[in-house]
Amino acid sequence: MKRVGIIGIGHGKFGRRTDASVQELAFEAFREALADAKIAREDIDASVIGSVPEYHKQRSLSGVVQEYLGLNPIPTWLTEDACASGSAAIRTAWMAIQSGLHDIVAVIGCQKMSELKTPEILALMGRVGEVQWESIFGTTFPGYYAMLARAHMHEYGTTKEQLASVAVKNHHYGAMNKHAMFQKEITIDKALKSAPVASPFQIFDCCANADGAAVVIMASEEKAKEISERVVWLDGLGSATTTMSVLRRPTLTSLPSAVDASRQAYKMAGVSADDIKVADVHDCFTIAEILAYEDLGFCERGKGGKFIDDRESYIGGKHPVNVDGGLKSKGHPIGTTGVSMTTEIVKQLRGDAGERQVADANIGLTHNVGGNGQYCFVHIYNRE
Amino acid sequence: MFEWFGKVNFTPHTKVSKFAEHLRDGRLMGSKCSKCGHLDFPPRADCAKCMHGEFEYVEWSGAGKLITYTRIDAAPIGFQDLDPYTVGVVDLKEGGRLVAWIGESIPESAIEIGMDLQVVPRVFDELPNIKLYYTLEVPGTTWIKAGEVG
Repeated sequence: MKRVGIIGIGHGKFGRRTDASVQELAFEAFREALADAKIAREDIDASVIGSVPEYHKQRSLSGVVQEYLGLNPIPTWLTEDACASGSAAIRTAWMAIQSGLHDIVAVIGCQKMSELKTPEILALMGRVGEVQWESIFGTTFPGYYAMLARAHMHEYGTTKEQLASVAVKNHHYGAMNKHAMFQKEITIDKALKSAPVASPFQIFDCCANADGAAVVIMASEEKAKEISERVVWLDGLGSATTTMSVLRRPTLTSLPSAVDASRQAYKMAGVSADDIKVADVHDCFTIAEILAYEDLGFCERGKGGKFIDDRESYIGGKHPVNVDGGLKSKGHPIGTTGVSMTTEIVKQLRGDAGERQVADANIGLTHNVGGNGQYCFVHIYNRE
Repeated sequence: MFEWFGKVNFTPHTKVSKFAEHLRDGRLMGSKCSKCGHLDFPPRADCAKCMHGEFEYVEWSGAGKLITYTRIDAAPIGFQDLDPYTVGVVDLKEGGRLVAWIGESIPESAIEIGMDLQVVPRVFDELPNIKLYYTLEVPGTTWIKAGEVG
């Protein structure tokens, strides 16, 4: 099979971007990605927008983004899989290129969340739980992951300190990432003294709603080789789902969709978990990163807490994870996140990550979860 | 009448809307497939197993075991007057699960994964329209069922 490569990346500043509209945010990342790929926008055949439309007042977001970026009349479409919308866009761009229909596709993750108030967002996000039987009890998105955390703590003895350690690590790396919303180190003590959200979670167990955009430009093997000398190849794609309802989940201590997606991706790329030198995983809540260590096979089931205790997910450990700060410190503009993760892995595989660079990073992985596990996309990238 | 179910209801229309009428009468109902007999909770109009489209309501005892819970301090719109509240998930004795608030008979300090609980049908008395829900209480908690004497 021919390959599909990433030839350009762009990433804007994440945070409460009260200075910019969603299409203006998209433009920042798009301009940077074009410059990085050294192509003109006329070279692009199609765009795919990863975004969750409910957060924007503009109906049918792709239209306004396409216009502002100057991409008319080429085709565009939007993918939505909640917080995994960005990775869904990358997957469909891969399909569009492999089908032969398009050669160069811009994947645009963009999201504006700060136009809504926090209780409105809690209400919207809580409805990613099943609305007929669950949301009527005021379930929230942190609440769902909190219930997974509680089950994991009960079954495996995972502690609140271990949860907080994930936040400490991600803030440590986020402090070195100029795009991150919070460029500030925190301590375990500070995390454990922060305000309660949904027990066992406190503020520092949760990522923040954010505005922001990221863009990757993907190309067919032929075009990629023609345009760029440092292509990063998307060699493994896995995607799976699990039940919408927490009431019908086979387990509360794992995301089955992540297990399935990662096994598919490893198989397709012809690698195993041991080969992954750097990973960006979906740490929307601290427990989510611990579940990811286990679901991706970086450690044994139930040993995720020990994995962070042993600093195996720091640079220098077995599998450095979220050394860009993760969702936790970058902020989580939900449709953008999967694309943002990809830009980081591309940077790492190119050797462009500066003081956050993982040595000899030749194979990297992204793990992007939609909802509380309803959707999961795992992508594996290779620099050779 | 499914709009009766929940302080805030998001799905007024469903093929299992009589669930709410039964709940008002104090009965917690699951579904039983008319063809293969598969039992489900929450009830489903379409059998998850054999895909048959006819079912009957079967009463669940409401006995169950707590499998996880969370105390919600940051509530969404529609629930801010209630916070903090604790939401629990129970595995039901007759099969299936439900989410509900942990009720007043159980202090926060007594909540433990694995504990036995009883699902109790409830009506929001303070709301002008019929609004139904259920809570998780200590086993042995009683309530009135319509049509039952004494």
